[in-house]
Amino acid sequence: MSAILELEGVSRNFGGLKAIDNLSFVVNEREILGLIGPNGAGKSTLFNLINGVFPPDRGRIRFRGVDITGEPPYRIAKHGLARAHQIVQPLEQMTVLENCTVGACFGRESLSRARASEVAREAAVFVGLEDRLEVAAAHLNIAGKKRLELARSLAAQASLLLLDEVLAGLNPTEVDYMIGVIRRIRERGIAILMIEHLMQAIMSLSDRVVVLNSGQKLAEGAPAEVANNPLVIEAYLGDPELAKEFRGEAR
Amino acid sequence: MTDLASTHVAQRRDSVLRRPFFWVIGVAVIVFALAPWIGNDVELRESFMLATIYVILASNLNVMIGYAGYINFGSIVFFGLGGYICVYLMAVPQWPLAAAAPAAGVIVSALALPFGLGILRLRGAYFALATIGVNEAVQAFVTNFKPWGGASGMYLSTALFKPLGGPMQALWTIYFLLVAIMGLSLYLSWGIKISKFGLGLLAIGQNEDAASVMGVPTPLYKAMAYCATAFLPAMAGGLYFFKGAFIQPSDAFDLTFSTEAIAIVMLGGQGTIAGPAIGAFFYEQLRGWLLTSETFSNFQLVAAGALLLVIVLFLPGGLMGWLYQRWPRLSRWIE
Repeated sequence: MSAILELEGVSRNFGGLKAIDNLSFVVNEREILGLIGPNGAGKSTLFNLINGVFPPDRGRIRFRGVDITGEPPYRIAKHGLARAHQIVQPLEQMTVLENCTVGACFGRESLSRARASEVAREAAVFVGLEDRLEVAAAHLNIAGKKRLELARSLAAQASLLLLDEVLAGLNPTEVDYMIGVIRRIRERGIAILMIEHLMQAIMSLSDRVVVLNSGQKLAEGAPAEVANNPLVIEAYLGDPELAKEFRGEAR
Repeated sequence: MTDLASTHVAQRRDSVLRRPFFWVIGVAVIVFALAPWIGNDVELRESFMLATIYVILASNLNVMIGYAGYINFGSIVFFGLGGYICVYLMAVPQWPLAAAAPAAGVIVSALALPFGLGILRLRGAYFALATIGVNEAVQAFVTNFKPWGGASGMYLSTALFKPLGGPMQALWTIYFLLVAIMGLSLYLSWGIKISKFGLGLLAIGQNEDAASVMGVPTPLYKAMAYCATAFLPAMAGGLYFFKGAFIQPSDAFDLTFSTEAIAIVMLGGQGTIAGPAIGAFFYEQLRGWLLTSETFSNFQLVAAGALLLVIVLFLPGGLMGWLYQRWPRLSRWIE
């Protein structure tokens, strides 16, 4: 299996805080890699570094063999790396279809507006927004907005998706639906790096899991391995319930 | 103001010529050109001439405000600088109007690109302040720039009207040229809106960070918008000051004009093409009425301010927003 995303000794400080500290790992082609860790472990910061919201202080990031370290987000998007935000970022006054059209127009393939709107339609249908194509994004409920985040990154025809807590705030039915969507995305051959607090979901979806704590990699491996790693359990001990749930799911 | 900033996907695949709005613009422009000419109504022409200036300023400003969401308070700098360059080229190297006005547009646009790349790194109120700063700085420079007459300005010889058939005919020619530039401004802002470039600008206007993550090259697009919307106002400035045969810094860089243009964009409906044009027309009529009325003649700007306040409070989508709400199908005809 070849790597699609490689991080090599990536670090980023905010003032005296080491948000990300000498972190290295790879995401392989067609794989779902789960990224977990306690609150404040640096997960979202890591996403910001990968998709260029701010550059790392040290280290290299390579995407499909190309060094993308320090490139601005709009260039990284062109390489085929898309992101769904934890705090949804819809283009509010634009319709669902237009939101996705922006993704398709400016994504990996620079499509014309006409072609982009076809790709956008497919993406919106794929996540189950077909009945809300002409609805302004502002009028969607939270589940709809989360789906829109996914649809936009699909429309961009990316080869790697960064999913930042796309299941957070959803009810159980919606979570099941989203898990189905994520599985179908993977079946299309798209690699996924996902942050999730919902252990049940991350343990069943991920091929491998990376555990982050205080900006450092605490553990890496198959979900079951990681869940039984004493270091990981200790990191989660601040929350014993979560630690229990963690081991329970992996069995 | 739902959907105001949006275009209609279903129509997108049609050719531009098949879209009704293309013809609506054309007919409006022709009517505008002919209305004063048919009756040889000079007074109406003067009123309409000022209206064309307002439409040109507001339509171009709308691309920054209504699409990209950047409030440019100093947009008048394009107009004033264009006026200066055109007047200078005609007065000193004796260029004909046909060369001087387009040259003014090109030079001002070329200057706007690097300026735009710089100041568009700022956002919100900081950007708005910077645009005022640019206008003030250019005005200060021109006031102290001897080749352009410094504070006392520059005069043009009325002999320059001769190639256009004498002063009477020249005024008509200038009027028709301004109407043409107005038409081009409307087509430009429409063309931008239905293009991929326009989609990127609208995305920036909605959420710049999200747009950037989706791949919209935000710094370049913003600077391109700033640059593209400098060209026609600069040409209009050239024609306007050629018509008066005189230019001085306080007229050329009058922030009142900029502020009025913002009020017009809001009044008509930011993000729409027809809104700023209709807003400009009515604003000019209102302004004329206020200026000539005995009670209000000094309150023209007070009225503009009050109007802006009322619109922001009660009609955030402006005139077009209100019309679309009442008649949603109108958006097929008037965009």
